[in-house]
Amino acid sequence: MRTFKYVLKRLLFLAITFFIILTITFCLIKMLQAEVPLGKQGQTELARRKALGWDKPILVQYGIYLRNLFTKFDIGTSLKVSYMTPVAEVIASRMPPTILVNVLSILLGLPLGIVLGIFAALKKNTWIDHVVSVVIVVFISVPSFVLAFFLQYFLSFKAGWFPLVMFSKSEAGGLFTWKMVYSLMLPIMASAFYEIAYFARTVRAELTEALTSDYMLLARTKGLTQSKAVIHHALKNAMVPILPVVIGTFLSIMGGSMVLERIFAIPGVGDLTLKALSTLDYDLFVGTAMFYTLIGLLAGIVTDLSYGFLDPRIKMGER
Amino acid sequence: MAENQFNSIPVEKFRFVQQKEKLHDKALKTKPIGYFKDAWIRFRKNKASVAAAIVLGIIFLYALLVPFFSVHKLGEKADATYKKMFPRLYIGETAIFDGAKTMSLNDKYLINLVAIGMNAEDPEMEKKGHESWEEGIGSYYSPVLVLGEERVVEESGKENVKRDARVSTYNIIGFRYLQITKEEYASIRAWEQEHDVRVLYPMVNTADKYCEDPSDANYWYKTKKGWPVNEKGKRIELEQTMELGVIDNFLRDKEGNILYYKEQGTMYSVRVLYYNYYQYTHGYEPTFLFGTDGGGYDIATRMAYGLRTSFVLSFGVAVVCFIFGAFYGAIEGYYGGWTDLLMERIVDILWRMPLYIIVVLFQLHLVNTGKASVLGGLLMAFCVTGWIGTASLVRTQFYRFKNQEYILAARTLGAKDLRLMFRHIFPNAIGTIITSSVFAIPSVIMSESTFSYLGIVNLNSRNSVSLGTMMADGKEFLSEFPHILLIPATVIALMMIAFNLFGNGLRDAFNPSLRGADE
Repeated sequence: MRTFKYVLKRLLFLAITFFIILTITFCLIKMLQAEVPLGKQGQTELARRKALGWDKPILVQYGIYLRNLFTKFDIGTSLKVSYMTPVAEVIASRMPPTILVNVLSILLGLPLGIVLGIFAALKKNTWIDHVVSVVIVVFISVPSFVLAFFLQYFLSFKAGWFPLVMFSKSEAGGLFTWKMVYSLMLPIMASAFYEIAYFARTVRAELTEALTSDYMLLARTKGLTQSKAVIHHALKNAMVPILPVVIGTFLSIMGGSMVLERIFAIPGVGDLTLKALSTLDYDLFVGTAMFYTLIGLLAGIVTDLSYGFLDPRIKMGER
Repeated sequence: MAENQFNSIPVEKFRFVQQKEKLHDKALKTKPIGYFKDAWIRFRKNKASVAAAIVLGIIFLYALLVPFFSVHKLGEKADATYKKMFPRLYIGETAIFDGAKTMSLNDKYLINLVAIGMNAEDPEMEKKGHESWEEGIGSYYSPVLVLGEERVVEESGKENVKRDARVSTYNIIGFRYLQITKEEYASIRAWEQEHDVRVLYPMVNTADKYCEDPSDANYWYKTKKGWPVNEKGKRIELEQTMELGVIDNFLRDKEGNILYYKEQGTMYSVRVLYYNYYQYTHGYEPTFLFGTDGGGYDIATRMAYGLRTSFVLSFGVAVVCFIFGAFYGAIEGYYGGWTDLLMERIVDILWRMPLYIIVVLFQLHLVNTGKASVLGGLLMAFCVTGWIGTASLVRTQFYRFKNQEYILAARTLGAKDLRLMFRHIFPNAIGTIITSSVFAIPSVIMSESTFSYLGIVNLNSRNSVSLGTMMADGKEFLSEFPHILLIPATVIALMMIAFNLFGNGLRDAFNPSLRGADE
């Protein structure tokens, strides 16, 4: 019951936060004067905008926005990037490439990160551990887009192993094909490096703690070999906190890295956001901004809650 | 009995050790070790952090000093001719960077390049044959620095002989035709005399039938389809050219004297060795430590300015966040209860706001309307959320310390809230705050370079530049001129690694209990 109440409380607060941010963003964006189109084309354009309610005061517009949002899940209309298309549709059409890159980068990064972390923890304070530590520091500190440049230059231009940018759908014969995956290898690697380092660091810390714990001593005392004790006791316990981290990471990079999508010409949400920014497509700007906000909020709450569900020692809602 | 031998000591045997002086404890011979000294001792032991600190120091000094010492100024184009030069740094004779790129040369092109050196060394071509070729190859102005062995390359069905060579991007420009006034001509002549450097070279007889490209000043010898010819007008191959040299095609008057200019109206048309002409116009040799970018600007100078932008911005944000975060966290942690709850909710909302939205809104509302400079707007945007990390750390520290006995004692003695907060509790948090401020710096630098790379903020102006903009400019040249992009990228990468190692070192030094907490 307490858990239920806690979850409800968190969800309520999530909604409040979301609406405050939405209000701020909406009003500040609408406060900017939209440029007035001229000429005959401009007249029809103005009429269209009037039909969308753009001539009313900002708060009234916000009211209309909220009403549309709740009654028909309509979050406005794109005026520049994709003319007269509902924003929700535009964003939804940009989701698949972003999700594809993120899922693949986690698929690459997670096992590598966990293996590296386990190695480092088991061989703590040996040269393996030191090498892993250096790798972690490098991959965590260097921005992924800087890594992307090096990957592009050395693996694409110099070695010629991978294409420079993502193939178009017609080139690869669809989004979910091996050829597309091959063309996405560089952005996948660029974002996987950070994940590898991040997971390795978490696993290493958790497993180090587990290895020195009392129950490991007990397991050894009752006659288990070191490897058996590690596999059955230490690893199991060390992995529990990893899962929330994975979920959180997955959700938070769901929005995609704007800069990676720009570099590798991936037509994803990040790229869409940049287009909405540069063309000042008001509704699309608000729409993408809310998309990122929602993802951030969800990542936070899911991470927190999954800790509680996975680890019974953590009591949710306790101070 | 040993125990009793002191039992009967006569009174007179007793005397005072001292009676008049006062007894003091002996002053401590060792120096006191304060909090910062203690931290410094621990920090020193961490070799990686010390190395990182040195790297950061070098980068910082570079940003600080290079603009003062560099002959190239920001916003000053080196020369339209010297665009996309490769990094070049010679210390004495040894090349750290040779300013060259690897090219695959066919025989015809090789002759053309060596000819630049030949003419540069020997303006009027008095030396003949093999000697001339040797001199051309060894010349200071020779584009060909290292010549590889020949190899057979198959190109579109034909077999061609090619050689890999390191070709200097500075010398490959060679000769150029220029239109100058008579006064300028005289001034160049005077400068040549003074410095003993040759700028003006013989004009080429562009009317000759063996002059195929009248606009290319590097074809100063007689050619046919690009190949040099012998006296009879027959084209000669590479081996023969090496033996016999090439035949010059200089412009001569009726007596056979070589002419150095051609009058064209009121102007002179002249042929200059561009490398030396640059020295004449600028006063120094065209050498760029990190090369030049696509617009012909010196990368080394621009990078120093870009680093300055990053440092000014990130230090500014760090200081503001340090102060504001400390106050905010202190009030939250000290008063607790409703105050804390309310302030925490504000933090939660701000913290969930994506950074790019804040940056864009500040840009649109303050910068585009002229209320703030680009840098100012960016600084404010980063400050909106930057202090949150510091505040929450300070808050935790306050919660930890505010109920301890010594605080209670101070309160009993009548200390006011402010005094308790900043005299008694705050010093406990100082290490944490410094560490978190230091960690704020690299994240600001990274965000700033990302935003300027994406063009969300435009820090590029006449007197400022950003590393992100430099990378965005270099992106289109990545295949052929990678240094334009990769040098700023390397510096950012290096700086990020160094800042993180340095921060880790500081954290371990200030809070030994946290050592390796999230390494």
